[in-house]
Amino acid sequence: MKEESLLDKVTFGFWVYLMSDCVLFAGLFATYAVLQDATFGRVSIETIVDLPFVLLETVVLLSSSFTAGIAVLRAREGKKAQSLFALAATWILGFFFILLEGSEFVHLVGEGSGPGVSAFLSSFFVLLGTHGLHVSIGLLWMLILAAYIWRRGFTDTAVRRLTILSLFWHFLDIIWIFIFTFVYLFGSL
Amino acid sequence: MKPQHAYITGFILSILLTFVPLGLLWLHGATSHSFPTHQELRFGFVILALAQLCVQLIFFLHIGQERKPRWNLTALVFAVVVVLILVVGTLWIMTNLEHMQMSDIDIFKGENIFPHADTD
Repeated sequence: MKEESLLDKVTFGFWVYLMSDCVLFAGLFATYAVLQDATFGRVSIETIVDLPFVLLETVVLLSSSFTAGIAVLRAREGKKAQSLFALAATWILGFFFILLEGSEFVHLVGEGSGPGVSAFLSSFFVLLGTHGLHVSIGLLWMLILAAYIWRRGFTDTAVRRLTILSLFWHFLDIIWIFIFTFVYLFGSL
Repeated sequence: MKPQHAYITGFILSILLTFVPLGLLWLHGATSHSFPTHQELRFGFVILALAQLCVQLIFFLHIGQERKPRWNLTALVFAVVVVLILVVGTLWIMTNLEHMQMSDIDIFKGENIFPHADTD
């Protein structure tokens, strides 16, 4: 099969997965919206929000999305070193994001506001945790892909996998934008 | 537009769209909640989030630039419809349910869905 039409097919297949993941997140967002005020007299979103911290998380994730796009672009141009450099930057930024999110979770649980405290906290942890889990899987995927490229070089298959990985990464960025808006910005009102 | 320029434009726009709502929020606090008002702010946040979504879709995910027939776009439109039905439908039903309780109390407010959790 011609490489171009194979790429189209693989991309479409992965795109369908992403769209079904959208529906999963829609369910979690709806749950969060309904349970937002069910704080059981404990912490509410207003007290959790730390806008400078969330801004840092957002900028880090947006930057990593940008470098992921650059990695694909350079790979298509056959510039191996630049592509791998951009991929490494994506990984480091993504890892930094996970550390930030993880520290927020640890801080909350340490304060006695774990996911078992109120319906609000459950929905909060599940929504953010599912996003964080996706990002972690993306990081693992990047490592596996880097090992593949290391061994076999930039084959057509490697470029194809890098392309769908970047789709996944941009998609997570979009989910984060909605978390940023509907959880943090709305929560700070 | 060269592909690289598309990514750079997208990146700058997405950063801007992150800072604008925070600026509005700051303005909201600085003018002691008179401009923009709560309602305007909520509306603005949603518009800005949708703008951000479009930036990401166009500049990073290259929606609409694929070869015809545009199956990716079709799948996206379908997903948007499902998401809207799911989210709007849920909120509609749940707020209605609250109204049906015929009381001023938020039925979820005092709810403890984990009755055996420690209550220290």
